[in-house]
Amino acid sequence: MNRFAELLDRLAYEPGRNNKLRLLANYFRATEDPDRGFALAALTGALSFKHAKPGLIRDLIADRTDPVLFALSYDYVGDLSETVALMWPKAAALSTPSPACGGALGWGSGRLLSGEKEPPPGSPDSASALPDDPTSPASGRGDELSHHLHNNPPPPTLTEVVTTLRTLGKTELPKQLARWLDELDETGRWALLKLVTGAMRIGISARLAKTAAAALGDKDPHEIELMWPGLKPPYLDLFAWLEGHGEKPVNLDPAPFRPVMLAHAIEDADFAHLDASDYIAEWKWDGIRAQAVAGRDQSGNTVVRLYSRSGEDITKSFPDLLPSLHLAGAIDGELLVLRDGRVQTFNVLQQRLNRKVVSPKLTKDYPIHLRAYDLLSEGDTDLRELPFAERRAKLEAFVKQLDDPRIDLSPTIPFDDWQALAAARADPAAAGAGEDSEAVEGVMLKRRDAPYLPGRPKGQWWKWKRDPHIIDAVLMYAQRGHGKRSSYYSDYTFGVWTKGEDGEQLVPVGKAYFGFTDEELLQIDRFVRRNTTEKFGPVRHVVHEPDQGLVLEVAFEGLARSPRHKSGVAMRFPRINRLRWDKKPGEADRLETLEQMLKSEISPPSAATSDH
Amino acid sequence: MRGSSPRMTAKNHQSPPYISKMRPQDILMPVPAGLCCKPGGFHIDPVRPVERAVITHGHSDHARPGHGAVLATQETLDMMRLRYGDNFAGSTQAIGYGEEIKLGDVTIKFHPAGHVLGSAQIAVSCKDICIVASGDYKDAPDPTCVPFEVVTCDVFITEATFGLPVFRHGDAAVEVKKLLASVALFPERAHLVGAYSLGKAQRVIALLRAAGYDAPIYLHGAMEKITRYYESRGVKLGELRMVKGVKKADLAGTITLAPPSATSDVWTRRFPDPVTAFASGWMRVRARARQGGVELPLVISDHADWDGLTSTIDATGAREIWVTHGQEDALVHWCKTKGLAARPLDLVGYGDEDEGEAPVAEAEA
Repeated sequence: MNRFAELLDRLAYEPGRNNKLRLLANYFRATEDPDRGFALAALTGALSFKHAKPGLIRDLIADRTDPVLFALSYDYVGDLSETVALMWPKAAALSTPSPACGGALGWGSGRLLSGEKEPPPGSPDSASALPDDPTSPASGRGDELSHHLHNNPPPPTLTEVVTTLRTLGKTELPKQLARWLDELDETGRWALLKLVTGAMRIGISARLAKTAAAALGDKDPHEIELMWPGLKPPYLDLFAWLEGHGEKPVNLDPAPFRPVMLAHAIEDADFAHLDASDYIAEWKWDGIRAQAVAGRDQSGNTVVRLYSRSGEDITKSFPDLLPSLHLAGAIDGELLVLRDGRVQTFNVLQQRLNRKVVSPKLTKDYPIHLRAYDLLSEGDTDLRELPFAERRAKLEAFVKQLDDPRIDLSPTIPFDDWQALAAARADPAAAGAGEDSEAVEGVMLKRRDAPYLPGRPKGQWWKWKRDPHIIDAVLMYAQRGHGKRSSYYSDYTFGVWTKGEDGEQLVPVGKAYFGFTDEELLQIDRFVRRNTTEKFGPVRHVVHEPDQGLVLEVAFEGLARSPRHKSGVAMRFPRINRLRWDKKPGEADRLETLEQMLKSEISPPSAATSDH
Repeated sequence: MRGSSPRMTAKNHQSPPYISKMRPQDILMPVPAGLCCKPGGFHIDPVRPVERAVITHGHSDHARPGHGAVLATQETLDMMRLRYGDNFAGSTQAIGYGEEIKLGDVTIKFHPAGHVLGSAQIAVSCKDICIVASGDYKDAPDPTCVPFEVVTCDVFITEATFGLPVFRHGDAAVEVKKLLASVALFPERAHLVGAYSLGKAQRVIALLRAAGYDAPIYLHGAMEKITRYYESRGVKLGELRMVKGVKKADLAGTITLAPPSATSDVWTRRFPDPVTAFASGWMRVRARARQGGVELPLVISDHADWDGLTSTIDATGAREIWVTHGQEDALVHWCKTKGLAARPLDLVGYGDEDEGEAPVAEAEA
């Protein structure tokens, strides 16, 4: 547990992806089975306990500490698990047991001295095996030794914690937790409480953890992704294979995820090297990339799953789509909300995302739809090696056979040369997208002969987005970045003009921390340092007067109304497009411009549902 | 007494009438300039210029320039001279640990505080009352200074920088191991350790040496004078190099110590992909560490932690505790639950040295 705690501790502070990978890979290399497997499970969210509730942890600490001191500490630290981890009384320090903590002392001393081997993890009597028994060797020597030696029981291993928690009854949980907390140090206690309450939040995605595991055997993380649904913690077979002393685990999952193929953003200069006749073009829909997989398990039942582009299982969020996937196969496509056959904007689709409960009202008001653009397998046949043109033909037949209104084919865009495609991109409505053109983000280009390759292979798929929305805004506040950027002011809050109580004033409309080049970052950083009018902690207030300040050209993908922002609007995906040294802040855009854009963006759900 | 300043000898030799029913607050009381000893005619660690100052240690929040006469340990006087120049005070007088001096109606005696090199607790006795002003102190081992000594007294004035039970510092050697493990894991990156330039930096270096690290250790320019001074007082720190002028690529795999404010400034751009560490008791609390953009927090403090504060209070035998700079509330509460009279002193002007933005000259060094 201590090593796992150290890993979590270090990961929680490390901002760099590659450094996180190094820390993880190093841990997997240095840690033995099955601990490392349970760590991988914890990091990928594959473990779930009947979580210890915060109330239980509060009770534990209340029994052991002065309430005033606890309140002052909690107030200072701000996080319950951390406060408890830090102020949990040391078992050794309890040499004068008060009635409140005498129990903890009793448990704290016996285990190691008993000289017994630890009970096998998860054995039902692991709790009763701890000698509270006065005849155990512990009580004879305990007092004498505990002063001179640090004779504490060894802290639990991660395996012990995980396997015990799986079998432990609810009533035994407080006692067991207290025992572990006695045995662990500050970091160990913090990690334990994070683990059991299920609130890790250390900035590690499941994908990153798997990538680090793959690095152990120089494997492609996609290979792990492929077999993942068939694996179970503590992944002994996976680690054996990665370390070269075991067979490659076989994925028996009837509806596995297949790593997705991604596109590169195309630049104007790229077209010179590309032949229009090599490519098929489709609209790029502003929805959610998804993989819909249906298969049959060994007993012949149909299994249907939906995955996000990173392989996350999102089946539960879209129960209304599952009956439509009644043929065995794997479709790559875009999730969209369709009303009366019309594709709604991303803002509407957003109502379907991250929902814990999917109510009938939700599925009725925001009917989900799958627009299919690729077929990765059909029945038991893997199609990914086939050229795209052939897969497309099979997809067309497959969608026809499905014959379901919720699943349709992503239409292709006919074009003879790049100019024709540019024209279609500029005016999707006239080029076949019709009334759905609002949900078109641009066009996709796919090589006719490209196999389906995981990741972002060069030159196979291209995305050619429509020009984003652009406004000129004024830099108002700057904040230091993190990690590599911690010496730079790299997070910018910008605003536009509006009429306020005191006349013309800037109102913040967004925050951006990328889009600029390294050279531009240096320039802005210099500007911020030289033009700071006030400092609030890490935030600098940068001069922003009509004739003094920096104009930023901000690009963004969309707008939504937001009561949380003073301006009433929120931008989607804002980034710094250009620095407009040539403009004075007084020439920057006004809030009215954004509100105008808003009107064309939004179709409020209430108005739309009343149409039915 | 080695001293020669006539001004340190108090003028008033007759016992004033109030002496007969002396209360502790008649001996020492907080005033805007600091802790004032009226019967002795001096202030302890004054934050404003005063005629006579008795100073516990060299940190800039305790040792300020501009006083008439200063009484302190030789090390503290030397450090003030290094920082403020030769004319930092009208006159000075050095006093050693265990030495006693009579000032007016009181006797004061210096005892090691274990905080930084030269740091002292000051015992002030008048009639049969003894008050110990401990300044900043720690009871944990530190190879760079004389260990803390418990002084029995009636009133103990304690700091409370880490006066919450969440602050338990643990073994500094373990923290240094964490740093070395990170250096081993990221040999192509530089490790920047933020540490206060007086005391903490030298302690971290000494701990690194004790852990067997014998490569050259690099220093930010602002650390040079004090660190060299430590060496001149016999503290062995191994090979030290100034980081200024060293090529970026040559700093891969090295450890550099810098004032905390420098570790998030332009100055860091000379290092290859630096790992930012910070050696401080504050690093125990995640939010504090994250707020400062620290990637490798090292819980190494030159102040006593909660257990240190409470066990020291116990050990002094004092029946009355005055609590100053820090988390007074919690410590005062704890004292009261132990049946001790306790109150916060409400002195202002003390905190972490080097806190806040470094002066430009330091940042560019």
